Amino acid sequence: MGLFSFLKNKFSKKDVKEKEETKSYEKGLEKSRKAFASKLDSLSKRYASVNEEYFEELEEILIESDVGVELSIRLIEKLLDQAKLEKITDPKTINEALVDAMFVDYATSGEAIENEITFQKEGPTVLLVCGVNGVGKTTSIAKLAYRYKNKGKKVALAAGDTFRAGAVEQLSVWAKRLGVDIVTGKEGADPASVAYDGAKFAKEHGIDLLIVDTAGRLQTKNNLMQELGKMSRVLSKEIPGAPHETFLIIDATTGQNGVVQAKAFKEVTPVSGIVITKMDGTSKGGIILSIRDELGVPVRFIGLGEKMEDLREFDLDQYLNGLLLGEQDA
Amino acid sequence: MAFESLTDKLSGVFKKIRGQSKLTEKNMEEMLREIRVALLESDVNFKVVKSFIADVKEKAIGQDVYNKVNPSQMIVKIVHDEIQDLLGDEQEGIQYEKPLTVIMMVGLQGTGKTTTAGKLGYYFQNKENKKVLVAACDIYRPGAIDQLRAVASNAGIGFYEEGDKVDPVKIAIHAKEKASKEGYDVLIVDTAGRLQIDEALMDELKRINHEIHPKEVLLLVDAAAGQDAVNVANAFNKELRLTGVILSRLDGDARGGAALSIKYLTGLPIKFAGVGERVNELEMFYPDRMADRILGMGDVVTLVEKAKEAIDEKQAEKDARKMMEGEFTLEDMLRQMKQVQKIGSLGAIAKLIPGMPKITDEQQEKAKQEMKVFEAIINSMTPYERRHPEILRYSHKNRIAKGSGYTNADVNRVLRKFEQSKQMMKQMKQYQKSGRFPPGGLGGLGGF
Repeated sequence: MGLFSFLKNKFSKKDVKEKEETKSYEKGLEKSRKAFASKLDSLSKRYASVNEEYFEELEEILIESDVGVELSIRLIEKLLDQAKLEKITDPKTINEALVDAMFVDYATSGEAIENEITFQKEGPTVLLVCGVNGVGKTTSIAKLAYRYKNKGKKVALAAGDTFRAGAVEQLSVWAKRLGVDIVTGKEGADPASVAYDGAKFAKEHGIDLLIVDTAGRLQTKNNLMQELGKMSRVLSKEIPGAPHETFLIIDATTGQNGVVQAKAFKEVTPVSGIVITKMDGTSKGGIILSIRDELGVPVRFIGLGEKMEDLREFDLDQYLNGLLLGEQDA
Repeated sequence: MAFESLTDKLSGVFKKIRGQSKLTEKNMEEMLREIRVALLESDVNFKVVKSFIADVKEKAIGQDVYNKVNPSQMIVKIVHDEIQDLLGDEQEGIQYEKPLTVIMMVGLQGTGKTTTAGKLGYYFQNKENKKVLVAACDIYRPGAIDQLRAVASNAGIGFYEEGDKVDPVKIAIHAKEKASKEGYDVLIVDTAGRLQIDEALMDELKRINHEIHPKEVLLLVDAAAGQDAVNVANAFNKELRLTGVILSRLDGDARGGAALSIKYLTGLPIKFAGVGERVNELEMFYPDRMADRILGMGDVVTLVEKAKEAIDEKQAEKDARKMMEGEFTLEDMLRQMKQVQKIGSLGAIAKLIPGMPKITDEQQEKAKQEMKVFEAIINSMTPYERRHPEILRYSHKNRIAKGSGYTNADVNRVLRKFEQSKQMMKQMKQYQKSGRFPPGGLGGLGGF
């Protein structure tokens, strides 16, 4: 799929997007937007035309949003070339060109993006959810379950986090609130056996979507990463092709270590997408651009709040505009 | 381990300069640029990086390092001093208050407040000999109370809750009353994590703060936090007047630059660091040592203290003397290996020793497996054989192999390793006499 059709696709989708959804998206990003709006505003006010310092400050704004120093430098260099070539001196035009450059970089680094989970034609679709500790895996699972239950899918959960005290209870509370089935094991049980039981349950009860929770793990803990690989293999034995999707949950406050996280998880299980959580803070979540740039893994969903409905499809255009341009341009 | 990549990066930069005999204005610029990138990639806040680079540059110029032979050491020293400045001068512990010290834990969601509350309680109880109570004031996150209850029972400390229907401010007040009445020394209050823009939560925290007057208000910061961490710290500090920071998940490979930045920009000391998931894996944070670690100079003091806790000192002294004398038996080797395991993961230790080659997780796993093999084989020998392995003939080895469930080749491997260790001990004795270490560091120990 070429860039052009991708862009077209994106824009046509945006047209039919419900106004309300856009609004809440904007509200969620409001804080980061305000910070940037005022920053960019004062930046372009201070400079009548762009010069070296202007680009330096732009670079800092990228770095400050955790975009990553390597990608930031590359983007700014590209921008410098473009400014010289096209003789651009207007700060505002440069800012827009920057958003374009980021858009193109994201859109072309890896496969085209389909946000929704791709369902199997037959049998249960299995989604494995992983990430480091404390990123909001369990809450994201609840939100995903809510989303697909509302779309008429039969959803079940498997409580594969048998390590953290209280994790199984937490997921069970959500399952009860949402009215979906849950398969649990004892605390300290082998998570692979819970995954196995979940897969079996899903097959026997005609479940459309089985979401498997996993314990949070630092990517440096080799044995835990191997355990995740084992869960993956056990699932595929019970249901061919499973897990059909693996989502890595990343906290929007994460810095450059996010790339290392994504790389390490991708090595043990085929990560097909990222869900970025806690985007309702002042954090910019710029790390997702670096991850896409380096590993090609796209963001699928974005968590904007604590309510069940606060899980949105990731929209690159809205995200970048929220990130860099601020309210007057939105 | 945190900061590892920063160490790598900076040593890469320094190696480059080392090759050049003189520091010129041009290669100085290049070096500063590299240091800038390395620091930014480590999530050091860009404002801090900016002033850091300016300081290093100014100091380098002030000390006239240009056109001197071997100026790189000067730069290393300047960078080292600057990082140490950044982290603060001295280790700062908890301030106690008689009769009851109240500690409030605050932070964003998912930074590890609840787990750390348990670890901190364990620390006070076991290292400071205090009677500790933790209070569950996070009534919002499903499972939070259950988690704290489990963590507290794991740590062997008191636990107080009133379910999830009572105002957290009231819970905190009641917990303090209970702690005073029942003679507790320390009360740790676990609070709900939110995003710092949440005014309702901030208000609740402020009210708890106002009612129970904590001596310490500690902010949890994830070692993997990005550029925004300083804003978070500022926001909490403005409302609650923090007294310090606890850095969580320092056992990951995040570089922890955010922590550096918070200390630099807010002046808040980093008091503790979480280094693992187990309840005893919380350490005091020593800024001076951390600066050494960042620069790859090793953190020998931490290693020695860790070893002290795990190793029976008298036995260790005896072993060391024996080793140096060259009277070293298989029993000694096994005991040593076990002690090394007790200290913690081999990789973590290796990183603390200057000049020690890095050990990957895989190698570490392998070493663990190897340890099992060694133990089984040595345990299958008679006590006499363990002390005099030179008498072992083919038939002995056959018996030992069978008894341990391994092969003759494995038995031979153990014996070979033993000979190597013995040899190395002798060498170390030589080096000790001459006061120099073997070139390439203590690489041979890595096989243990």
